[in-house]
Amino acid sequence: MSADLEAIVSAALTAFSEAGNLEEFKNARLAHAGDKSPIALANRELATLSASEKSERGKVINEAKSRIAQGAAAREALLVEERDLRVLVEEKVDVTLPLDRTSRGGIHPLTSLRDDISDLFIGMGYEVAEGPEIEAEWLNFDALNIPADHPARTMQDTFFIEPISAGLVLRTHTSPVQIRTMLERTPPIYVICPGRTFRSDELDATHTPVFNQVEGLVIDRGITMANLKGTLDYFATAMFGEGIVTRLRPSFFPFTEPSAEVDIRCFVCRGEIATDADSCRTCRGEGWIEWGGCGMVNPKVLQACGVDQNEYSGFAFGMGLERTLMFRHGITDMRDIVEGDIRFTQHFGAGR
Amino acid sequence: MKFPISWISEFVKLPSGIDADKITHAFVGAGFEVEGVQDLAKEINGPIKFGKVISIEEITEYKKPIRWVSVDVGEIRNVICGAQNFKVGDHVVVALPGALLPGPFPITARETYGRTSDGMICSARELGMGEDHSGILVMDAEDSPIGKDAIATLGLNDLIFDVAINPDRGYAMSIRGIARELATALNLDYLDPASLVDFKDAQDQSGPIKVEIKEGADRIHLRSVSDVNPDAASPLWMVRRLQMCGMRSISIAVDITNYVMIELGQPLHAFDSDRIKGSLKVRLAKEIKSIKTLDSQDRELFPENLLIADDSGALAIAGTMGGFESEVTSKTKAITIEAAHFDSVLIAKNARSHKLSTEASRRFERGVDPQLTHIASMRAVNLLVEHTGAKYIGLNAVDKLLPTQKIEFDPQAPSKVIGGNYPNEVVKGVLLAIGCEVNEGKKDLWQVTRPSWRPDLNVSIDLVEEVARLNGYEKIPSILPASPLSKGLTPAQRRRRRVVQLLANQGLTEVQSYPFVSAETISIMGFTGDRAKSYRLANPISEQEPFLRTHLVPGLVQTGLKNFSRGVRSIGIFEIGNIYRAINEPSNSPVIGVDSKPSAEEIAKLLAHVPKQPLCVGGFFAGAIERESWWGKGRNFDWSDATQAAVEVVRSCGWEPTIHASDFAPWHPGRCAELRVNGSMVGHSGELHPRVISALGLPERSGAFMVNLDAIPFAESVKAKTITTMVPTIQDVALIVNSGVVLSDLVDALTQGAGNLLEKIELFDRYSGAGVSEGQISYAFTLTFRAADRTLTAEEVAGYRASAIESANKACGAVLRS
Repeated sequence: MSADLEAIVSAALTAFSEAGNLEEFKNARLAHAGDKSPIALANRELATLSASEKSERGKVINEAKSRIAQGAAAREALLVEERDLRVLVEEKVDVTLPLDRTSRGGIHPLTSLRDDISDLFIGMGYEVAEGPEIEAEWLNFDALNIPADHPARTMQDTFFIEPISAGLVLRTHTSPVQIRTMLERTPPIYVICPGRTFRSDELDATHTPVFNQVEGLVIDRGITMANLKGTLDYFATAMFGEGIVTRLRPSFFPFTEPSAEVDIRCFVCRGEIATDADSCRTCRGEGWIEWGGCGMVNPKVLQACGVDQNEYSGFAFGMGLERTLMFRHGITDMRDIVEGDIRFTQHFGAGR
Repeated sequence: MKFPISWISEFVKLPSGIDADKITHAFVGAGFEVEGVQDLAKEINGPIKFGKVISIEEITEYKKPIRWVSVDVGEIRNVICGAQNFKVGDHVVVALPGALLPGPFPITARETYGRTSDGMICSARELGMGEDHSGILVMDAEDSPIGKDAIATLGLNDLIFDVAINPDRGYAMSIRGIARELATALNLDYLDPASLVDFKDAQDQSGPIKVEIKEGADRIHLRSVSDVNPDAASPLWMVRRLQMCGMRSISIAVDITNYVMIELGQPLHAFDSDRIKGSLKVRLAKEIKSIKTLDSQDRELFPENLLIADDSGALAIAGTMGGFESEVTSKTKAITIEAAHFDSVLIAKNARSHKLSTEASRRFERGVDPQLTHIASMRAVNLLVEHTGAKYIGLNAVDKLLPTQKIEFDPQAPSKVIGGNYPNEVVKGVLLAIGCEVNEGKKDLWQVTRPSWRPDLNVSIDLVEEVARLNGYEKIPSILPASPLSKGLTPAQRRRRRVVQLLANQGLTEVQSYPFVSAETISIMGFTGDRAKSYRLANPISEQEPFLRTHLVPGLVQTGLKNFSRGVRSIGIFEIGNIYRAINEPSNSPVIGVDSKPSAEEIAKLLAHVPKQPLCVGGFFAGAIERESWWGKGRNFDWSDATQAAVEVVRSCGWEPTIHASDFAPWHPGRCAELRVNGSMVGHSGELHPRVISALGLPERSGAFMVNLDAIPFAESVKAKTITTMVPTIQDVALIVNSGVVLSDLVDALTQGAGNLLEKIELFDRYSGAGVSEGQISYAFTLTFRAADRTLTAEEVAGYRASAIESANKACGAVLRS
């Protein structure tokens, strides 16, 4: 390489290495690799040479250009790396600063529970049926084999709408949804009925005049009480975990026969403590906790709904959602669920 | 029902050593919930012995008379006693040092009144045998051998069970019924107490009181006695048993009727025979207007009340409570025992109309064995004869009892209904155990006759239940049914979930408030029109809040106030729930039977009778939406946050709502937005009316929204839009309008004028002040144009912009800001 080109290259490389930051480097590159740089001028002079000289001289100029470009790239990479190290350190923030610009929302746990139960039963082939809260007495009582003189129809239990002659009540259970379903559809029927229900109890630690139920109804060919038991066992396991023990206890409801209460083995003491009211706060020493009621749909109910009893039979069950929630989450006072204190719901958050 | 196990064991031979847990388990398995077990042995223990008073020394130097008593309890003990009701030779109960009496009250030898009292002579109350503390308990010498353990003899170590009786099992409200159930559950022999009643005195000649049934009963037995010794006292064992069953001793006649009622299950009434005028009738009250009952209450009768009456008027409210005038008193010498089988529905009405739920009415309501009128009245007479020296005179009775219908029963029905296998011999065994007669006649269709005490057994399924119950529910297998496929949630159910999740993720907290509202709240909210048409409860929990909500905002505000009272400063809450508006005055309920499915017309009428109760979602906001911290200043909720939330709700239902200025209570008349979908109102939002805020003491500028989810149609499925790769052309425009112009009108005018290549219009500035005349506002927009097939030229877009400005000028008087 000719001395002049060697000087151009070394001047460029020196300038690059002397550039202390990207700004200086940009200037050095403009001066030594830009359009008006010595190497660019040398390249332009090629035009004045003869063809043989051009080939010879062109080759060395290209070699020099390449060395300058490589030098520039190497220096730039180094300077970028230096800059990154410095700037990124300067720009570091404390990512643990609080982000609670707005408050955290929450879904009421009763809503989540209702959704979970609905999903569980949809997975089992059920559909979710709903109905109105102000309900006709015929649907809330008569069709359910609760005749007009039945004690359940007194003012002590039921909220009546004025005037009484209108025959409207705040539904005392979600069973009228079962009746509506049987009147509207033909079997097979597999429905779950969640919803708000009302009974004229004062609010205290274990009662609330407004509460939520989930009821299930199955009408199909060959349905037995064994099917009811199987369904409840599956439901209880989903609610309270693998290994939960259930018990059906003979009972009485006008709308089912045979009827049973559904108990679950106390999950606190597991029923291992002897009968003593003080030994377990959850089951009061009984070893079992009442969860809900159930039974085979009473033939009188099927009759009022026009279900052919020669062909179909069915079962029904009902649980209190508040009660289920209390068991699942260790809530000891009903008032926490119903009073709307946002601390209660926010603790459960907006997700599952 | 409360009862001592010792009474049960008269009729069931319980294995020795059976404990309370085993008995409890047997009851629960048979469907009798055990509500309590009281083990008296835990409250009292020995040495407590019978003793004979040997000598009494009266000590007089103290304020009250005190006795220094020597008693022989097999050895001589000297004790101090404050009671005066005994004499030398009497048999008494002595608690010796080391004994424990209920209380707990431990007995020790102690110094008192200057002597060492070596035990205590006990009153009935001190032994836990009742309330009598007027003196110490003086025993019959025969019943109390000297030195014998008093605890076992007096039954002070009994087990008392409290068992819940389901409403279909009236027969179990008796020792007779409960003992039968326990015997069946434990597979033990059972002796029916009704079969033990002695009829040897029953010559059954006609008694003095004639009787007739006009309505409401199918059997009545009146047995009369004379020569009752009015001074006779109830025997101690009877008082003790009544007491353990939760009943007080009243008088021997009343105690006997109560004792027989508990033993056999037949409520009885004892009349003073001399107070009955003429014949005795079972009849409806009709023209008889009033009665004074034995609790000294004057009661007005309802015409449909069932009575026991004589020629002069009402003697008793049948099956419910006796009358004052004909009551047995301490002077009564002639008694008539009435045992009737009343109509259960009429007795239920009696009890309800007078709010008198009595031991008798509870049994009649649930059903009493009709055969018992004959037996129980005899049992009572026998006890009167034995304990009061009475003489049995005779019987008057009416018997209109119909024969019991046989039930046709397929012995395979239990297997079919319950699942699992119930062999015929097991089925038959259960039916016999509960007292049925079984005629196997045809192999697959039995004729079953229920026992008289089981009026609840009428059809096949009633028998199936008994087979399942007594064979044990725990033996029923657990089998999931094979269900069909599910369609999953309905669109409305999916929508509800989306709305809840959306609002929670926006930082709002879900609440569920009671739907009860006061008249004051309705007035404060300023509700008019449909929102003022509330349903009223006939029997509200609180007379202050008798109305049902017509809107969600009142409940949300109340919940907000509750949180403020607990120290919350800022709140954003929402509720999803139904509202109720009495838009039409409720008409009379349609009358429909239950013997078959109602007709389509009847169903339609019934469903239409139930008012619509739209599902709504509402929100309430107060205080800071963003708090102040390292990021800078905070920000308070305002009208726009409420509207933003409402808009998001509508969007989550698949629609973009249009927003219109509104003036709708309870919102601020100048800060209320109405949201519309397809031109129909679906909700309101904004800042609450300052009057509402000050009346309720809410934070300034509190906001709220409510959207009627049922008013929003389900969005049709969305057709995908072609995404063009052409570059957009952007134009800005600043316009000046009078401040009365509503922005949405201006945007509509610009959009219309800009033509269909306008992709987007965004407001980026709103300004008034220097440079803009008073009463005018400057709005600056960015207009984005794009064509699917070409890049737009500057000239073309300038044309659209000019057209947009012209349209805005025409519609809103807008002029270009220079």
